[in-house]
Amino acid sequence: MEASKVIHAIYTDDDVLMSAVKAVKAKKHHIEEIYTPFPVHGLDKVMGLAPTRLAITAFLYGCVGLTVAITMMNFIMIEDWPQDIGGKPSFSYLENMPAFVPIMFELTVFFAAHLMVITFYLRSRMWPFKKAENPDPRTTDDHFLMEIAVHNNESELTSLLQETGAVEINIVDKDEDAH
Amino acid sequence: MEYKISNRLRIGAIIMVVLGLLGVGLGFMDSFSVNEDNISEVLAAEHHGHGDAHATNSHDNNHGELTHEEDHHGESAKSGLTHHEEHALHQIHNRPYAALYVGAFFFFMIALGVLAFYAIQYAAQAGWSPVLFRVMEGITSYVLPGGLIVLAIAFAADSHLFVWLKDGVTEVGHENYDKLVAGKSGWLNKTGFFIRGIIFLGGWVLYRQFSRKFSIAQDNAEDNRYFKKNFRISAAFLVFYIYTESMMSWDWIMSVDPHWFSTLFGWYVFASMFVSGITVIAMVTIYLKSKGLLEFVNDSHIHDLAKFMFGISVFWTYLWFSQFMLIWYSNIPEEVTYFVTRIEHYKLPFFGMLAMNFIFPLLLLMNSDYKRINWFVVMAGIVILCGHYLDVFNMIMPATVVERWFIGLPEIGSILLFGGIFLLVVFTALGKAPLLAKRNPFMKESEHFHY
Repeated sequence: MEASKVIHAIYTDDDVLMSAVKAVKAKKHHIEEIYTPFPVHGLDKVMGLAPTRLAITAFLYGCVGLTVAITMMNFIMIEDWPQDIGGKPSFSYLENMPAFVPIMFELTVFFAAHLMVITFYLRSRMWPFKKAENPDPRTTDDHFLMEIAVHNNESELTSLLQETGAVEINIVDKDEDAH
Repeated sequence: MEYKISNRLRIGAIIMVVLGLLGVGLGFMDSFSVNEDNISEVLAAEHHGHGDAHATNSHDNNHGELTHEEDHHGESAKSGLTHHEEHALHQIHNRPYAALYVGAFFFFMIALGVLAFYAIQYAAQAGWSPVLFRVMEGITSYVLPGGLIVLAIAFAADSHLFVWLKDGVTEVGHENYDKLVAGKSGWLNKTGFFIRGIIFLGGWVLYRQFSRKFSIAQDNAEDNRYFKKNFRISAAFLVFYIYTESMMSWDWIMSVDPHWFSTLFGWYVFASMFVSGITVIAMVTIYLKSKGLLEFVNDSHIHDLAKFMFGISVFWTYLWFSQFMLIWYSNIPEEVTYFVTRIEHYKLPFFGMLAMNFIFPLLLLMNSDYKRINWFVVMAGIVILCGHYLDVFNMIMPATVVERWFIGLPEIGSILLFGGIFLLVVFTALGKAPLLAKRNPFMKESEHFHY
C-alpha cells in the first residue's frame, strides 16, 4: 500500500530540526509526527498544531480543588464537629476563612497539578503497559525524528530532507512498523 | 536612538506639579482652619451629618494616639477641650502631612524597587534584560530626590506622623509618657532616625551613581571591565539593600504605629515596591515604544515583565496573608489592634487593595497571550499601581488620622505633585544617555530574546 509508507528523517540538533520543519512546511508537505528526546520550544507553532487547551483544563481542575477544599473544611471543621478556631468560636466558615486559606491553596494546586499531568498523559495516549510508539529508540536519547507521509514523491522528499541537514533518511512501511 | 523629553510631557508634568501644590496647599489650609476654638462646632456639624458613630468608638483602637492613658480621660488641662475633641483635632491636623507622606513614599518606593530589580539583573548576569537597562536607570534617577523629599516631609511633619516624637513621651510622669515607646527610644529617636535615613539613602544613591557611571562607560569600552565592576558592586549593593530596606521600613513606616511590630514587615514593603517598580518599567517601556523608540525591545521582553508583575503580585499577597493570618489567629490584643483598626475603619481600601493587588493581576495576567498585549499590560499596571498606593495609604493613615480618612484634595494633590516631579526627573534622565546600552556583553542575547 503506497499511502502507508512514511519517511523518517533523523536529526541530531533541535535548531537544525526547527529550520528543517520550516523548510518542509514551506513546501506544503504534511508532517505526521515529530519525536524528540525533550520538549523543543516553539515546535508546535512551527508545525502549525492547534494551541494546547491543557492550560484551560488546569484552571478548571484548580477550581474543582478549591471547591473540594471549601466543602471539605466546611464539613469537617464547621458542620460535623464544630471547632473553636483560635479562641473565636463563631462556627461560621466565612469568619474563620483565614485559617482555611492554606488548605484551599494547597488543594487548588494539588488538583490542578496532578489532574493536569494525568490529562496530559491521556491526551498523549500514554498509559501503563502501553507499548512505546516512537519508531526509533534513539529519540529517547539524543536524536530527533520527523515522520512524513509519502505519496509517490519519495525522491523529492528525500532530496529536500537531505538539504535540511538530516543525518539519516529511512523509508518505512507504516503497517510493518505499527504495534 | 536618542530620546529627549517632549514638550508636551514636560508641560503636562509641570501642570501636575502646580495642581498638586495647589491641592496640597488647600489641604493644609483646610485642615488648619480647624483649631481649638472651633473644633466643637466642626464636630457637631459632622455628627449631624453622619450620626454618632465617632464619639463611641474613637477611643477603642486609635493606638496612633498615645495620650489616652489613665489620668487623661476628662477635660484636657491646657485647652479646655474634651478628650475626644483633642483627638479629632490632632487627626484633622495630621491628615495633610500623612497624605503628603503617602504620596512621596509611593513614588520613592517605585524608584527604589526598580533599583533593586536593576541590581538583581546585574548580579544574576541576566541575558534577557539588558535592553531595558537604560529605562531602569532613568527611573532610578528618582531615588535621590524622592528619598530626600520623604526625609524632608518626615522632618517637617514630626509628631504629626510619628507619635514617638511627641514631647515627653520618654519622660516618666509626663502626661504623654509612654512606657513602651520609652523602652524603644534607643532606636526610635529623632537623631537616630535621620542619621539612619541618610546612611540608607546615601548607600542607595552611591550604588545608583556608580552603576550608572559604569553602565555608560561600558558603552565605549574595549573590554568588559566596567561590566565586571557593575557586577561586583551590584552584588554588594543587594546585601546592603536587603538590610537597609528592612530597617527603612521599620523607621519610615512601621514606626507610625510604635506599639505594633511585625517581623516580616520589611519583606512585605519590599514586595510592594518591587511589583510597583516592575510595573513602571513595563509602562515606561511601552510608552517609549509607542514613540517609535526602543525598537530592539520585543514582545517577549514585555511578556517577561508582565510575568514578573503577575508573580510578584502573588508574592505580595503571600506576604500580606502570612502577616495577617498569624496575627488574626493568635489574636493577641497588642498585635491584632493593627488589623482591627483597618477592618473597622478602612474596610473599603483594605479589602479593595486586596482585590486590586491580587485578584485583578491574577485573573488579568494569567493568560500567557495577554501578557504580550501592550495595552492590556498597561491597564493591569494601572490597577496594580493604584492598589499599591492604597497599600501605602493603609500603612500610614490608620495610625495618623484613624477614621478621618478620605481620598480627597490633599491625597490627590500629593499624587499629582510627586507624580509630576517623578515624570520630570525620570524622563529628563532618560534623555541623557542613549537608550541602548550597546556594549553590554549580554546585549546580543537580550536583543534576540525570544520566548
